[in-house]
Amino acid sequence: MATLTINGQVHEVNAPDQMPLLWAIRDVVQLTGTKFGCGMAQCGACTVHMDGEAVRSCVTPISAAQGREVTTIEAIGEDAVGRRVQQAWLDLGVAQCGYCQGGQIMSATALLKREAHPSDEQIVDAMNGHLCRCGTYTRIQQAIHHAADTEGEDA
Amino acid sequence: MSTLRDTLLLANVSRRHFLKGLAAGGALVVAARWSPLLADEPLYGAEAMPNGWVDDPNVFIRIDEDGIVTVVNHRAEMGQGIRTSLAMVAADELGAEWEHVRVEQAPGEEETYGNQNTDGSRSMRHWFAPMRRAAAAARTMLEQAAAQQWEVPVEECQVGVHVVMHTPSGRELGFGELAAVASQLPVPERDTLRLKPREEWRYIGQDESSRKRPFAVDGEDIVSGQAVYGADIHLDDMVYAVIARPPIYGAQLRSVNDEAARALPGVIRIIEIPTVGQPAGFEPLGGVAVIAENTWAAIQGRNALEIEWDVEAAGDNARYDSTQYREQLEEAASSPGQLVREHGDVAAAFNEADSLIEATYYMPHMAQAPIEPPVALARLVDGRAEIWAPIQHPQAAREGVAGQLGLAVEDVTVHATLLGGGFGRKSKPDYILEATYLSQALEGRPVRVQWTREDDLHHAYFHAVSVDHLEAGLDSDGKALGWLHRTLSPSIASLFAPDPMHKQDFELGMGFNTMPFNIEAIRLENPEASAHVRIGWFRAVYNLPHAFAIQSFAAELAAAAGRDHRDYLLELLGPERQIDPRNINESWNYGEDPEQYQVDIGRMRAVIETATEAAGWGRELAEGRGLGLAVHHSFVAYAAVVFDVEINSDGELTIHSADIAFDCGLQVNPERIRSQMEGSIIMGIGIALQSEITAHEGQIEQDNFHQFLLPRMGIAPDVIRVHLVNSSEDVPMGGVGEPGLPPVAPALCNAIYAATGKRIRRLPVGNQLTS
Repeated sequence: MATLTINGQVHEVNAPDQMPLLWAIRDVVQLTGTKFGCGMAQCGACTVHMDGEAVRSCVTPISAAQGREVTTIEAIGEDAVGRRVQQAWLDLGVAQCGYCQGGQIMSATALLKREAHPSDEQIVDAMNGHLCRCGTYTRIQQAIHHAADTEGEDA
Repeated sequence: MSTLRDTLLLANVSRRHFLKGLAAGGALVVAARWSPLLADEPLYGAEAMPNGWVDDPNVFIRIDEDGIVTVVNHRAEMGQGIRTSLAMVAADELGAEWEHVRVEQAPGEEETYGNQNTDGSRSMRHWFAPMRRAAAAARTMLEQAAAQQWEVPVEECQVGVHVVMHTPSGRELGFGELAAVASQLPVPERDTLRLKPREEWRYIGQDESSRKRPFAVDGEDIVSGQAVYGADIHLDDMVYAVIARPPIYGAQLRSVNDEAARALPGVIRIIEIPTVGQPAGFEPLGGVAVIAENTWAAIQGRNALEIEWDVEAAGDNARYDSTQYREQLEEAASSPGQLVREHGDVAAAFNEADSLIEATYYMPHMAQAPIEPPVALARLVDGRAEIWAPIQHPQAAREGVAGQLGLAVEDVTVHATLLGGGFGRKSKPDYILEATYLSQALEGRPVRVQWTREDDLHHAYFHAVSVDHLEAGLDSDGKALGWLHRTLSPSIASLFAPDPMHKQDFELGMGFNTMPFNIEAIRLENPEASAHVRIGWFRAVYNLPHAFAIQSFAAELAAAAGRDHRDYLLELLGPERQIDPRNINESWNYGEDPEQYQVDIGRMRAVIETATEAAGWGRELAEGRGLGLAVHHSFVAYAAVVFDVEINSDGELTIHSADIAFDCGLQVNPERIRSQMEGSIIMGIGIALQSEITAHEGQIEQDNFHQFLLPRMGIAPDVIRVHLVNSSEDVPMGGVGEPGLPPVAPALCNAIYAATGKRIRRLPVGNQLTS
């Protein structure tokens, strides 16, 4: 049994401690925006925030999420930076199939929160752990710059 | 299009009402097309697809009284943007304002919607015309409704933007106000419809301006985590399944000890699924399923199974070793094979030649590896099967499930979710048949079968490994006098029938038969090759190895001749002309009419010229830097790619830019065509540099993305420039999703050669630049 705070809501999750946060979010809490892609932190589709930091929920046991604030893609728009990133994704038409994009947006938001105007190298460092089989990387890079440039504007 | 066929169709167009347009079936529309009267006539394009096309507005367009226009999309959405693009077509022809347009996904139901098999880059070229006619019919019905209401001649009524206007009086009525009356009217006859000329289009062909707003219909849902993919449906009482499948194609289950698995918390039941023989077709591979309360418990349960497989049942497959197999194909490539196409006398040309060049190219197996692995949810209720799944070919799923459970196809409902990538993997419904099998075993209870990444890589329908051997004879000026190409790959046909050992027409037609060079003596051969894993479609399919070999070899000839690659390539292509597929023994032609769809050398030359000019072909480059070019015709479209790369003294590659010039004829949604081209560049970089599936003793050696490598942001070009050309109604429409991909790997390898002098003949490049 674990007590998880996800998007500001407290959930009592009746599951073994070692269950990855991903499956607690998806199967138990039934928030489905966080995606399964590999199960071993290779693709980033499962990325969520834990206390504002981007983590791979597929390799994070629920025991490690106890007492932390977990944020998923469903709630990232409530954050000003998150909303700007979402808008940048729309403005630049980043998504193709869209499956990996929730995770990409979570990492991009975490990056912009710690580095308001990242360089190309910083963007690659932050995003290289994400796979997009549709191949949207150049637009993701542009969208992160675009989101940085729209800082202070109403999203 | 034959008027006879149109007449037959018209006679049966149902008069259902577009206000409630989704209620009933439209089987009559389709039934008419398969009249025996027409059986002898060769069919092409959408006509030739199972269940053909439908253009009944009642099927595709609904207008509610609040003015919202709902366009029904019946094709699978996997990132190519068809939900947006077909709705743009309908909105334009109808005169709808985009912000009042919604898109609704049709279930799998070809008897109503026509063909839904979303592969072969066919959606737009097969559905542009029917969707326009459906919308034009609806627009006409709205005008007639307004005329009735105003009691004026219909000629005085015209659709504007989401309204019908009475021009003489200046009166207007909104679509919503007219919907009820319009829905009572008969559907106008097809030959009376007026299609809007291009200058009246507001959405079709719109490019940069579409950047100004979230044009894609699913954009908001995607960025907020609300978009619904295959694993995102929850039903009460559902359970979760993960399956241990035979590790070798053809292996059978000998015994399973499930004691430890059953003892795990959350594990509900263990169910054996009969293992399939060969060929497997779309059948599930079988194995042992762990049914659990959640996905993770099911995965843990599977890990705890102790299974003995009867490996010998797999026969030769149990000894399949991809390295030995490559060597075997390379050896076989030195001997003649089945003749596919011949012009002139290659042996004589080689005798006459001043120099002979030869090279052998290799492309390995690959997995489609969509980031969403296969997944399906199924339940059985009251003798009906209901399925939610990401599937490119819902009708194949319905037919498969009907056969499996002894149901009528009409009793199998497939709700198509968004696909988290398809790339050919999700054309095959094996994972859906697993879910229905398990649901039946659980008395109809809803079951979600979740594939892990390991499952996806171990049990893909793999891209065929390919060896291509080429020889050419050049005269003293470097001109090619003769060209010999032998291609060896296992055939996809081996999935459905005893292994034919040869590529089939539809496989040879993907860039092999259609080799476009203007050379006097040509000989194309296809020696035997056997299949030892499930072989299946992968985006662009056999075009990938054919383009890699032909476009690499053309560059090798240019180098041997001491000529500029672009100039030499244009010379190989020769003058602008149409190559009739029937004259090059090409019977498949992507299913299209050879009268209409020919290989257009002028368009091929034009994309080369556009791409090379944009990339600054011929400019001075620093040491270690090079430009590489390739061109390819596939899916009745034309693409040329130029890479600008740099390789440092440590062998590290930087891709500065990619230019891709693309001609698919009329561009309906240029913005999405651009993103498809960008994606093709990235995927092609992975094919060139990284991606390889290998087998040893019949088992796939790559477990996850740490071993099956895909391109990441770090290897992406600094810039990708897409040049869309020839958006013309004067040429027949081409495909988009696939044709950008084939020239990418050879262009990149040609750039590596230009930068380093190192010729890559075996993919992926891997560490060949550092060793």
